[in-house]
Amino acid sequence: MIELKDLYVSYDGVETVHGVDCCFPEGKISVILGPNGCGKSTTLKAIMRLVPEIKGKIYIGDEDLDGLSQKDLARRVAYLPQSRNVPDITVSKLVMHGRFPYLSYPRRYKKEDYKKVNEALEWVGLTDYGDRKLESLSGGQRQKAYLAMAMAQDTATIIMDEPTTFLDIKNQFELLERSRIFSDMGKTVIMILHDFESTLHYADHVVLMGDGKVLSSGSAYDVISSKELKETFGVAPCFYEGDDGLHCYVKA
Amino acid sequence: MKTIPTDKRKKLYILAAAVFMLLSAVLNLCMGASGLTLRELWEALTGGPSGTVAGRILWYVRFPRTFACLLAGSALAVSGAVIQKVLANQLASPSIIGVNAGAGLAVTACCAMGIYHAWAIAGFSFAGAMIATFMVVIAGRKSGASRTTVILGGVAVSACLNAMTEAIKTLVPNAATASQDFRVGGFSSVDQARLLPASVLIIGGILVVLTLANDLDVLSLGDDTAGALGLKVSLFRNCMLTLAALLAGSSVSFAGILGFVGLIVPHISRSIVGNDCSELIPFSIFFGAGFVSVCDLISRLIFSPYELPTGILMSFLGGPFFIWLLLNKKEHSK
Repeated sequence: MIELKDLYVSYDGVETVHGVDCCFPEGKISVILGPNGCGKSTTLKAIMRLVPEIKGKIYIGDEDLDGLSQKDLARRVAYLPQSRNVPDITVSKLVMHGRFPYLSYPRRYKKEDYKKVNEALEWVGLTDYGDRKLESLSGGQRQKAYLAMAMAQDTATIIMDEPTTFLDIKNQFELLERSRIFSDMGKTVIMILHDFESTLHYADHVVLMGDGKVLSSGSAYDVISSKELKETFGVAPCFYEGDDGLHCYVKA
Repeated sequence: MKTIPTDKRKKLYILAAAVFMLLSAVLNLCMGASGLTLRELWEALTGGPSGTVAGRILWYVRFPRTFACLLAGSALAVSGAVIQKVLANQLASPSIIGVNAGAGLAVTACCAMGIYHAWAIAGFSFAGAMIATFMVVIAGRKSGASRTTVILGGVAVSACLNAMTEAIKTLVPNAATASQDFRVGGFSSVDQARLLPASVLIIGGILVVLTLANDLDVLSLGDDTAGALGLKVSLFRNCMLTLAALLAGSSVSFAGILGFVGLIVPHISRSIVGNDCSELIPFSIFFGAGFVSVCDLISRLIFSPYELPTGILMSFLGGPFFIWLLLNKKEHSK
């Protein structure tokens, strides 16, 4: 579980997150919804200590973030940012970097590290792509390679900032299914999505943000059908019962 | 269990670079205004410095000079590779981002103040290199830290520092004479006293960089990904730039300003062994050392018995290579 208490974040003295209180339950998929620029990514970066000015408290499980070193944090939480470099390295090397938090000086990988990397590559179906350069892969395959890196990191929590962006519909579903598998493995998954239908289908817990604050939180249906969401986005999602459960769509 | 394949071919390339370095060192020891056969070389090696004329040439002239070539080449190559990786800019190098100009200014100022002690010159050179590095990095960050702004910042800082160097040389003519070797770059006036402090700093610095090669690769994933993997990004970047300044500054302290080595060698190395620092750094060490050693040999032999400063030969090679690099990049982008 990750808990944020009265969190304020600033960039160069300008406050962008104003007193966020929320909780991401253990072993569940939590989704953050909200319009562009409302502080979603900044909140996730604050959990990873990737923003310079943070006030308030962040708890990783029952541990205070202030008491954790950056490597301790990386052993507990894996993070895939929204925009990523495409470094000139092989897939297996990228996944190997997932073991970086476990390396001590002078940086020698152990058998255990190679085992975890091979398992992660197998899990995302990229075993045969280990020697391929990352830049030679498609967008979907690259996303899988980064997921494998997060898997190799072997953390209890995985945070993904808009992981479905730039993916075709098949790869979007595949990524969301893998997120479900992560949560079935007992891992806490936190991600930012913009699609209400995917959120309704995959999220166990939803946090709605607007103007740097939490506007509402709860089950996917409760948040997506809330008046706060209508006011924030200026749209009213419609729900219908399908063969496989509840669905929603948004009228133009 | 399937293991991750390792590229043995790249390890062979590193071995070949090491052989190239050794061969160039042996040639540098044997060839010159007074040539030594392999037999004479062996006798001089076993007889010590007090034996034959060949022995004195070898121990007092050729050994320090060859060692200086190897040290300067490896230091500048590693410094260039580190700067390019840390700034994520393949056009960055110690000379282009102002490191050499900073060290050159510091050494000129040192001479102007009448300080000629080897450790002091090495210390001033290092400090000058480091200050120049951070001036460029800070200027780049303040203006958006794009690849272009770092290069332009480096050009501006270099121009400013070079102007200051020229001003000192005009006002203190003795400094101009004393720092002549530094401005053109070369190994004709290398001696053991100057080499000792620099060699400690260079060998120590290279060893640290070698152990942190993996961290350099993690940094190239981007600040957010690297930070999320547990790397203290700002601290690490500053430490690596300090190390790069230490290596380049130490090299300048005895070899003067050798332009383009820090640019050419990492580029050639990258095209042979790739961008992975666990291979790029070792290859650059050996190839850089061999490259400078060969350039020094050519500069000594091409107009023998006269000697062309190695720095001039480097610039002759480096200038066209840099233009080729720009043209090649343009071709790739089409």
